[in-house]
Amino acid sequence: MNWQPIVLTLQLATLTTAILLVVGTPLAWWLARSRAWWKEAVATVVALPLVLPPTVLGFYLLTLLGPDGPGGWVASLWGARSLAFTFEGLVIGSVLYSMPFVVQPIRNAFEAFGDRPLEAAATLRASPLDMFFTVAVPLARRGFLTGAVLGFAHTMGEFGVVLMIGGNIPGKTKVLSVAIYDHVETLQWAEAHWLAGGMLVFSFTVILAMMTLEKRIGQARR
Amino acid sequence: MSLTARFQGTLGRFALDVAFEAPGRGVTALFGPSGCGKTSVLRCVAGLQRLGGRMALDGDVWQDERHFRPTHKRPIGYVFQEASLFPHLSVRSNLLFGHRRTVGRGVPESIRLDDVVDLLGLARLLDRSPEHLSGGERQRVGVGRALLSQPRLLLMDEPLAALDRFSKEEILPYLERLHGVLPVPVLYVSHDIAEVERLADHLVLLREGRVVAAGPMQDLQADPSLPIARMPEAGVTLPAVVEGHEEAYGLTALRLEGGRLLVPGNLGAVGAGRRVRIAASDISLARQPSTGSTILNSLPARIVAAERQDEVQMMAVVALGAEGQGARLLARVTRKSWDALGLAAGQDVFAQVKGVALVQDGLQAEG
Repeated sequence: MNWQPIVLTLQLATLTTAILLVVGTPLAWWLARSRAWWKEAVATVVALPLVLPPTVLGFYLLTLLGPDGPGGWVASLWGARSLAFTFEGLVIGSVLYSMPFVVQPIRNAFEAFGDRPLEAAATLRASPLDMFFTVAVPLARRGFLTGAVLGFAHTMGEFGVVLMIGGNIPGKTKVLSVAIYDHVETLQWAEAHWLAGGMLVFSFTVILAMMTLEKRIGQARR
Repeated sequence: MSLTARFQGTLGRFALDVAFEAPGRGVTALFGPSGCGKTSVLRCVAGLQRLGGRMALDGDVWQDERHFRPTHKRPIGYVFQEASLFPHLSVRSNLLFGHRRTVGRGVPESIRLDDVVDLLGLARLLDRSPEHLSGGERQRVGVGRALLSQPRLLLMDEPLAALDRFSKEEILPYLERLHGVLPVPVLYVSHDIAEVERLADHLVLLREGRVVAAGPMQDLQADPSLPIARMPEAGVTLPAVVEGHEEAYGLTALRLEGGRLLVPGNLGAVGAGRRVRIAASDISLARQPSTGSTILNSLPARIVAAERQDEVQMMAVVALGAEGQGARLLARVTRKSWDALGLAAGQDVFAQVKGVALVQDGLQAEG
């Protein structure tokens, strides 16, 4: 049994989720609170990966990350030629691909509690940053949980984008879904079964755990 | 020590243009019908809403042409219509939310947790979640939370409006108690005159975004040209002092400015301050002192003004005392009696008081 794709996939999903929580939270906050007329255009761009075929997204990413794109320029800073076909490239692709799954639930959660708790916090001398961490984030914790779990699970199962920008380099870009594809291509059914079955169990567990946790958070607040 | 405010701007349907002052002690009510802009004024004072204007508390400018101090830097306590407690925190943590950010940062502690817990009866609730509280309990915690942030100005936005009658009666005594002990001025928004009369000393009357009148409560109540004099429950609220007791008859003598009232019951020790409400419909006027009548209170007074209210009624303002130098009362009399007695402004009369209500604890006393 080759554990490498599994470890790599977990690394990718963890890193991606962490980045998405850091980047996605302020973005979700802005989308929830801003009155700018163009914010829905930004929201649409964030949501694009939901409908765009992964190959299309992967294609554009490939050109952006490749030696002639900005990714190539960034890579040249440490002497590499391109971000395509690297783990870093995969992380960038995954972040974009999974973004709507993290941003949307957090945004919804921020919108759900309205202005009042924030106003109350402000009248109690909480600065905007203080209020954000002591009121907004705790009140939106269900959204954070949902976003993190969906982002993680979605990155775990990513295939099209990975194939386009990462290829199939063992230990670097050969993630689980690609490995399964490989096994099937080479008629290694037993290995494919193990990996696919594992994914199935994993996905089931994750979603079940999330639903149970959500319920518990809901009860704790009541 | 006082609050001065002037706000101008557009608020959806109408233009808001208000200017008023509130004294540095006691409760000032912003009173008017729904949609007159009173909540917006309060939100402007808190900095939750921004209109043009100027606002200062004790000379400390919070807003003018160039400055706008954000809400979290204003030393206010704000009580919302719905308590708006933080559902993720216990009652205790809710109470201490503002406290930690003021006393915890070196602001002198003039209002302590124990005092607030006693004053508002919160001891049993401290470790509960806000979601398990009744509406009245929640609002009491909301008031306590605002007080513990050591405000120099307490803002209350119809704190009783979202409560049912029962919860309202439960919480009013607490608010009245605050009135006596609170070291900070209060701006109190309400559209309920009964509530305002029980709690406020000062009144700012608002209508469609403008100040109709402002001043001490009893002055405005006794102005027959103002809309509050046209309400069926029109009347005046006056400060009174216990002067003595007629124990044999179970009566208490209250001294009003320019007069003396006998009311049933023992209303406390001599010298104790009370607030009484005398409704316009509980006063009749006579040209002679009432001998051969069961009316206890017949006070010499002088008619200072009178206004016809409708076909049937006249509203008269009488000032107590033979020279008309004392407190002013409203008297609602029929036009028929008015004409029959040949009454007119400037005349000396006797005000016969049929009922006196004690506002502080809502006791009704018939005299």
